Amino acid sequence: MIKWNQKDLLGLENLSAEQIELILSTAESFKEVSTRGIKKVPALRGKTVVNLFYEPSTRTRVSFEIAAKRLSADVINIATETSSVKKGETLIDTGLSIQALKADVIVVRHNASGAAAMLARHVDISVVNAGDGWHEHPTQALLDIFTLKQKLGSIKGLNVSIVGDIAHSRVARSNIWGLTKLGAKVTVCAPELLIPSEIEKMGVSVTYNIANALEKADAVNVLRMQFERDAGTAFPRQLEYFKNFAVTEERLKKAKKGIIVMHPGPINRGIEISSAVADGTNSVILEQVTNGIAIRMAVLFLISQARRV
Amino acid sequence: MRNKIREIMDKQSIENALKRIAHEILEHNASSSELAVVGIRTRGEYLAHRLVSIIEKLKGAKLPLGLLDITLYRDDLMIADSQPVVHETKIGFDVSSKHIILVDDVLYTGRTIRAALDAFIDFGRPQSIQLAVLVDRGHRELPIRADYVGKNIPTSQQETVVVTLHEIDKKDQVCVQDKKDML
Repeated sequence: MIKWNQKDLLGLENLSAEQIELILSTAESFKEVSTRGIKKVPALRGKTVVNLFYEPSTRTRVSFEIAAKRLSADVINIATETSSVKKGETLIDTGLSIQALKADVIVVRHNASGAAAMLARHVDISVVNAGDGWHEHPTQALLDIFTLKQKLGSIKGLNVSIVGDIAHSRVARSNIWGLTKLGAKVTVCAPELLIPSEIEKMGVSVTYNIANALEKADAVNVLRMQFERDAGTAFPRQLEYFKNFAVTEERLKKAKKGIIVMHPGPINRGIEISSAVADGTNSVILEQVTNGIAIRMAVLFLISQARRV
Repeated sequence: MRNKIREIMDKQSIENALKRIAHEILEHNASSSELAVVGIRTRGEYLAHRLVSIIEKLKGAKLPLGLLDITLYRDDLMIADSQPVVHETKIGFDVSSKHIILVDDVLYTGRTIRAALDAFIDFGRPQSIQLAVLVDRGHRELPIRADYVGKNIPTSQQETVVVTLHEIDKKDQVCVQDKKDML
């Protein structure tokens, strides 16, 4: 098996299929820890993980915090709203200060694409990208792929459709990199204005028709409409989006039997997905949340190991 | 010239050793019905499987079997030269009130067993933990000893003990060789 040799996890674009598989198989071993009576192993005892989030988050931040704690690391959360960032401190200065405090890992979420990579260039400690602008959200894609793999056995040859605000979605980008590297066929589906030009160069097919996107898919990943970015200007009426693109029970009837429905959360019920589908038998949305812990444990473990190989 | 690789145990002597250990386990725990076997991955896993099936033939009852991966409990995790691979731990039974037979291939410094004890205690409070090993090669660095030993092999620290099992190595054998002769 290959060795992990990177101090950071910044995205899936620069990882090989083997490196992605290593994270997935390590996560498989870590899944068991969360089923124990005592949900803790001493692997990262004495290490300090800092969550530095410049954007709101429930799932991702809590998931990283739980993952780190189940590995016995100490976790510090910095909410930028109540920190020196408000006084004008730059990301790099904040990062250098965290390094000077002898932390070992910074988990960073930032609204600027490339923020995590820039931070990683300026500090010697590990950096994990928990979402940078429209660019990448690698651990989300890894947990999506992990969930698919657990459900369907292998990624190779699967048809996976990603539906929703592709243009503003770092989840979509990371999923496309990861899935195509592992041999899946990816189709993206959205209103025209929410599909970036030249997305085909990433090796995906494009459709503007939800029925087409669902027809052959083994799995569909439904993305949230990001009205806080500027999906609102591209698509003014939520109801209109629901009518034309939402994943509903009616539409699933014409899809492959047993199609897997994923959503990275948070869900906008009645906008991109109907409640009946979100809570239905095809949905693995809550399993994704559970799997996120194993993936983040694997990532924190591997990058901490890598520093000396 | 002395042979660089010395065979210490062959297929038959490994089988005999495991049979003897199985008898000793049953004798020692005669009054207890609450026995379970736990193998330390990787090779302890296969030895544990073999012990369970030998005991099944002797006693007619199949003991619960667990698998323990101790990677995350190693005391050299952050300083080891090679990157360890994490495997899944599978303890599918309630460990409290049980007498646990912990199984490994080679007992050397005792550090693996220390890690295994820590890992195991996280699953609950067994009545007792007993240790069975195929080979005890000496050179303990911690106050740990085995309850059941297949063979005591005096070694020097310049030597290494290589256990191969047919389940993963295609051959049952225990050899001693000089570390400097290894690739």
